[in-house]
Amino acid sequence: MQRRVIFDNKALPYLLLAPQVAVTLIFFIWPAAQAVWQSVHLQDAFGLRSQFVWFENFEAVLADPNYLDTVRVTAVFSLSVTALSMGVALLLAVLADSRIRGAGAYKTLLIWPYALAPAVAAVLWMFIFNPEIGLLGRALNDLGYAWDYRLNGEQALTMVILAASWKQVSYNFIFFLAGLQAIPRSVLEAASIDGASAVRRFWTITFPLLSPTTFFLLVVDVVYAFFETFGTIHALTHGGPGKSTETLIYRVYQDGVINNDLGGSSAQSVILMVIVIALTAIQFRFVERKVHYS
Amino acid sequence: MATVDLNRVRKSYGAVEAIKGIDIAVADGEFLVLLGPSGCGKSTLLRMVAGLESITGGEIAIGGRVVNGLEPKDRDIAMVFQNYALYPHMSVFDNMAYGLKIRGVPKAEIQARVAKAAEILELGRFLDRRPSQLSGGQRQRVAMGRAIVREPAAFLFDEPLSNLDAKLRTQMRVEIKRLQDRLGVTSLYVTHDQVEAMTLADRILVMNHGVAEQVGTPLEVYQRPASLFVAGFIGSPPMNVLDAHVEADGRTLALPCGAALPLPHPQPALNGREVKLGIRPEHVAVSADGALSVTVDLVEALGADTVVYGRLPNGEALLVRMAGLPVCREGETLRLDAPPPALHLFDGATGRRLED
Ligand SMILES: Nc1ncnc2c1ncn2[C@@H]1O[C@H](COP(=O)(O)OP(=O)(O)O)[C@@H](O)[C@H]1O
Ligand SMILES: [Mg+2]
Repeated sequence: MQRRVIFDNKALPYLLLAPQVAVTLIFFIWPAAQAVWQSVHLQDAFGLRSQFVWFENFEAVLADPNYLDTVRVTAVFSLSVTALSMGVALLLAVLADSRIRGAGAYKTLLIWPYALAPAVAAVLWMFIFNPEIGLLGRALNDLGYAWDYRLNGEQALTMVILAASWKQVSYNFIFFLAGLQAIPRSVLEAASIDGASAVRRFWTITFPLLSPTTFFLLVVDVVYAFFETFGTIHALTHGGPGKSTETLIYRVYQDGVINNDLGGSSAQSVILMVIVIALTAIQFRFVERKVHYS
Repeated sequence: MATVDLNRVRKSYGAVEAIKGIDIAVADGEFLVLLGPSGCGKSTLLRMVAGLESITGGEIAIGGRVVNGLEPKDRDIAMVFQNYALYPHMSVFDNMAYGLKIRGVPKAEIQARVAKAAEILELGRFLDRRPSQLSGGQRQRVAMGRAIVREPAAFLFDEPLSNLDAKLRTQMRVEIKRLQDRLGVTSLYVTHDQVEAMTLADRILVMNHGVAEQVGTPLEVYQRPASLFVAGFIGSPPMNVLDAHVEADGRTLALPCGAALPLPHPQPALNGREVKLGIRPEHVAVSADGALSVTVDLVEALGADTVVYGRLPNGEALLVRMAGLPVCREGETLRLDAPPPALHLFDGATGRRLED
């Protein structure tokens, strides 16, 4: 069914749209355009003069062997964060959807991490994983396991993956729970009368009917892992040790703000943008086909 | 095929008692309709038979085997839901085949069984469609197909026609009746629609507030309602209920409006007592020397019938249903008669029928 709203005043619809358009222009289009402009220019150290250099910045970025390392770290990081945060959230949502005791309190608690600032969350993780003062970090060392994410790159990557996933679990949980509750109970009852076990009901009925939610979250979570995990990484590891937790977005900041290579950094942001747009397009093109919209 | 036996079955939700002890023995191949107003516990009872609700007390047996502790899948029943409950992401074929696949029925047999059910239900052309591409009536037929292919011991229906429009409902009712005649599977059918109950049932169990008011064939329930509740629930328009006094001589009923009617059967125990008198609107007839005199308030001409809203001299309302076109006008006074076999007596306090 299509709904059309008729406005008497021709200007009113544009006026109503204006705030959203303004936000998009100021916080997305303008910086994105600047990035594109800067990515094809070379600036001096003081930002006084700039020179058009065609694709030299891109060539330099892609020729840097470190950059491929960053791509690899980003792939591992994004894949893990997306899979982990969606998997855990789905499991928790299924538990919350079944009638368990204290489900209300449980749901509220699960939503809290979403409202936490990345820096605060990072302090929390520090209290858990710090090798000297962290609860778990110290316990691991006491047990003879050499745990120090400040020295061991793999441990550091594991920790930022955990922290970044944990933060996104809340968001995914809310959507999965809403999705689960939208599945008519009688359909699942019909399946149990038809002889399906709980596990079979989940994989043949619940999971397919949840696919619009899963697909939506997949798109959102990939974007989250690529862009919005900057704060978590920055507060926990600064991309280190070495460059073991440096993702593409962190490197953009590192090269642009710390190392003052605005051209190279902009070229990287443009590449990052292209990657995410391509990923999203691929998801819509190939994954969405398998989605069942009722 | 199997019998279904309910033995003092009870259900409580916390402090609320939804089912207060129901006994019924459904014979092999019988079509039992659970009839009652919304909220009386029909669905709860049916869902306990299906295994979708736990049983608080009593025993349910299917085919002589107590199923209280069994999962729905182990009870050998199939259920048709009010909202169809089809699997929206599967084709019509897969909807019907789902239960068979799970039970490991060989592919060729699944094909054959689904094809046969589709033929019975005239769904052959729709096997590749999704439920969302079907009309309400077709969806309900798929739901029935899903039940049929399983060849279960019993069918359970929970208001299967309530989501359909009036015309389709009538059509589907006839189809269900035909299906039942053809398959002869023991069926429990929940509805709040008395027409469905009267036309489909071998026996009706009339429920009210979690108790069985009466169990009987459609005609028994209509001709000898066991309580005021049943009397008011079955029949359209509902039975008239008037106060009445049984005279000391045990021969006549005196009504507050001044009329006197002969008591259908002498019942010495009732002499001198107050009772409730039930008269069906269709059993009242216009008669020049009738005992009842009513002023006509309103006349509804339905074509085949006419319903007259009358008022007795003391102001009590009396509904009359006559065959054919109206023979009276508003404001007119009519003399009416109710023959003794058409009079039903009920205990005013308990609401139970006073046996004759
Ligand atoms: N899950 C439940 N929790 C509490 N009360 C319930 C539940 N299900 C049904 N009831 C109550 O039990 C009674 C019977 O409900 P139901 O069997 O659905 O009635 P019907 O199908 O006859 O309309 C109602 O009063 C309803 O409020
Ligand atoms: Mg119901």
